[in-house]
Amino acid sequence: MTVAGLIELNALEAAERLQNGEFSAVELVEAYLGQIRRHDPAILAYLRVSEENARLEAEAIDAAPDRPPLGGLPAAVKDVLVTEGIVTTCASRMLENYRPIYTATCIRQMRRAGMIILGKTNMDEFAMGSSTENSAFGPTHNPWDLDRVPGGSSGGSAAAVAAREALWALGSDTGGSIRQPAAFCGVVGLKPTYGSVSRYGLVAFASSFDQVGPITRTVSDAALMLRHLVGKDPRDSTSIAYPKEILIPEDRDLSGLRIGVIRELVGEGIDAGVMAVFDQTVKNLAIAGAEIVESSLPHAEYALPAYYILAPAEASANLARFDGVRYGLRAAGAAGITEMYETTRSRGFGDEVKRRIMLGTYALSSGYYDAYYGRSQKVRTLIVEDFQKAFGAADLLISPTAPTTAFRLGEKTGDPLTMYMSDICTIPVNLAGLPAISIPAGLSDGLPVGLQIIGPAFSENRLLAAARGAELAIGFDAAPPLGEVS
Amino acid sequence: MTAGYEAVIGLEIHVELSTESKMFCGCRVEFGGEPNTRTCPVCAAHPGALPVINEKAIDYLARIALSLDCDIPPGSIFHRKNYFYPDLPKGYQISQYDQPFAIEGHLDISVDEEDIRVGIERVHMEEDTAKNIHAGASGRIAGALYSLIDFNRSGTPLVEIVTKPEIHSPQSARVFLNKLKNLLKYLEVSDCNMEEGSLRCDANVSVRPAGSSELGVKTELKNMNSFKHLEKGLAREIERQTGLLAAGERVVQQTVHFDFATGEVTPMRSKEFAHDYRYFPEPDLAPLVANQEFVDRIAASMPELPDARAGRYRRDFGLTPYNAEVMTSDRKLSDFFEECVRHFNDPKLVSNWLMGELLGYLNATGGELADCLVKPASLAELLGMIESGKISNAVGKEVFAEMCQSGKKAAAIVEAKGLTQISDTAELEAIIDAVLAENPEQVAQYRAGRDKLFGFFVGMVMKKTRGRANPQVINTLLKEKLS
Repeated sequence: MTVAGLIELNALEAAERLQNGEFSAVELVEAYLGQIRRHDPAILAYLRVSEENARLEAEAIDAAPDRPPLGGLPAAVKDVLVTEGIVTTCASRMLENYRPIYTATCIRQMRRAGMIILGKTNMDEFAMGSSTENSAFGPTHNPWDLDRVPGGSSGGSAAAVAAREALWALGSDTGGSIRQPAAFCGVVGLKPTYGSVSRYGLVAFASSFDQVGPITRTVSDAALMLRHLVGKDPRDSTSIAYPKEILIPEDRDLSGLRIGVIRELVGEGIDAGVMAVFDQTVKNLAIAGAEIVESSLPHAEYALPAYYILAPAEASANLARFDGVRYGLRAAGAAGITEMYETTRSRGFGDEVKRRIMLGTYALSSGYYDAYYGRSQKVRTLIVEDFQKAFGAADLLISPTAPTTAFRLGEKTGDPLTMYMSDICTIPVNLAGLPAISIPAGLSDGLPVGLQIIGPAFSENRLLAAARGAELAIGFDAAPPLGEVS
Repeated sequence: MTAGYEAVIGLEIHVELSTESKMFCGCRVEFGGEPNTRTCPVCAAHPGALPVINEKAIDYLARIALSLDCDIPPGSIFHRKNYFYPDLPKGYQISQYDQPFAIEGHLDISVDEEDIRVGIERVHMEEDTAKNIHAGASGRIAGALYSLIDFNRSGTPLVEIVTKPEIHSPQSARVFLNKLKNLLKYLEVSDCNMEEGSLRCDANVSVRPAGSSELGVKTELKNMNSFKHLEKGLAREIERQTGLLAAGERVVQQTVHFDFATGEVTPMRSKEFAHDYRYFPEPDLAPLVANQEFVDRIAASMPELPDARAGRYRRDFGLTPYNAEVMTSDRKLSDFFEECVRHFNDPKLVSNWLMGELLGYLNATGGELADCLVKPASLAELLGMIESGKISNAVGKEVFAEMCQSGKKAAAIVEAKGLTQISDTAELEAIIDAVLAENPEQVAQYRAGRDKLFGFFVGMVMKKTRGRANPQVINTLLKEKLS
């Protein structure tokens, strides 16, 4: 099999052929390292490629008598997950040279299953953003159009998977940070139910929203990775033992499923091109046997403002540990402790991170707490109830993943509010802690459009089965037009 | 206190729990040691690390709450208390705020024979900070040459106990703190070592005209970390506030610093305590559930509490309130006492011996009861020998001292040293005859009416027998011989 052929295999296929001895883990890893060398100088999906490590791990797996289930499958990891001894920056100057002293639980689990880490991917600083332009080390470019953003904050992971620079990747999703870049890059992104994947070692942005999940080329690969990610972690009090085994979905149609189109997340505010693809998708789902119903989340319009109170509030505390005292950047020459804090944090954080710290600090301030934080928590409760009601009449809910396709680099950086709107369809899901997946639904003007499918808590098997059915019904087979190496 | 004014005091006490591990990670809890040797990603707040509740600490917390007769609501939550300081690695302390673990309790104290009930406002769980060491003249962060931080203490389980403003004198405050300390030690939840900081006390104090029910403007005295410090600091601050009020001036609400060496009270700069802590619920931890089953389990595991035990000693053993209180001031002492009484059924005598001899010995040597070589059964054996007349009371005390030193049994010491009491009439008669023969002058004086000399003769007999003579037999024989 040619090198070009190796990187076209999805994870399930690669796992099977590795198991059959058709090629070695070293060959697979080399194929990806080659692809990274060819294309990443233009895409900039990776902040760091661990070539040497990846080779050593692949050799070890090839030499071992028994191949673990994911043995030799190379993955990209968002730089928000700590890896012992490997610089982990969260795309921030604050952690430019920070070497963690431990490894995130989810990465340990993946490693135990045999996964090889190719490198750490670019992101919006501390996962705050929707375009990966907030990286302190420069933006990632969308493989479908290098002048456009890959989405964010897991833009590096999504771009790497889309550009065949990784077989699959780990991302994190606080308000849409897995699903929106997956949609922009034409790949699959799954945000699991809150609590099903350990957050230990995930550098916290907003603790009650953050969740790690897979970015893959196919729904089945997402299921395969998720199977190894879920589980109760004694180091994360908010993690829960997943009630059942995650299954690889079978190839079947959508008959017997009631799928609700969320009224508030279609139409106004969604680009016409995106709506056209979405409408066609809904028809295809119906043809595949799904019963399409209309659903409503009456409080959805308050989700975005509530999220931009609650998430920054949590972030303002979560990012307080970056104070220059124990690790990371420390501004030199400060005259005293207060000046040291101020200079370190002024230099270490980018504008968007500072904006959210200030928003959150303000929202929690004495005299404002009830009006902002308190009310937002009530909105959160209302949205949880909205979803509960909606799931009374539908098995799953759908919407476009994002209101637009990938926008141009720099197009929205001057206007934070417009940027925030990019997550309008994904944020309600995080407020309710539900699982949701984005799968490619088609192209609009040559750019991918994502379909978001949302399920009740811990319904991942149902969600994945439906997503697999939708994947078959849609038949998306376009690939980014990666230019020849210059 | 100047007549016409009343002091109102509330205490905030912080107690480090003596659990094996820290509040939110597995690092060992221990005082001192090589700096930064008991740290991990959690208690040093590395990126991505998360807290996990130490259930043992919650058990200890519940014991404290129940011993103070608090209400334990079915659920409480942790909050983040946000502020920047180098000893606070996360930039927030995990604490409890408007839904504390326990509320509405009390602790009864007795001051100058007056019984006082002090209300407990709340008892909650939090974590201790790291320890800053500031190099430089003042020992404070301002003006320090450099500062070092030891994270060994970071994340130690810390319980905060807040009283209602129901204490009205420095002496009562000291008695309260002492009783609370004894109670906490009794519960075996903390070593309460004030020098090492495992028990720390802040005091809020205000003064108002006697008879008024309104509270005056309060000041806060921080780190009153010894009983003397607390009592003296409060007295000095009450005096200062009373002086201000008497002169028609106003008290300013602030934190004041009491310098124990100079006795001066000085205001701290307002900047050091003007905080908006921006409390909000800790999203990394689920609410703390304290259902009836949990409370019942802890209640069932509780020892009989000191007050109940003291009541029983007064009622069943006839101890004086003072003896009963001393016997229950320490759980090991109480257990020692009861076991001794099981072997020798004279509780009053046992308590007197424990207070006079055992505690005296421990005080003098600075030893701990747990390490004491005298066990309850052997003390009971000694008391039995005195009661049966085998040895005299005076010899008993001597033997006890020897038991403390060597750990030998009373009988063995008495035998080896030949300390058995002499009650044999013939033997004592011979000694008395000798004493009277040696002191003809005193005999004559006694017979002439100087009754007081009787004691002189007893003393001489005791001297000759090295205290072993049975006093009753001497009395009878002497009276016969001298009449």
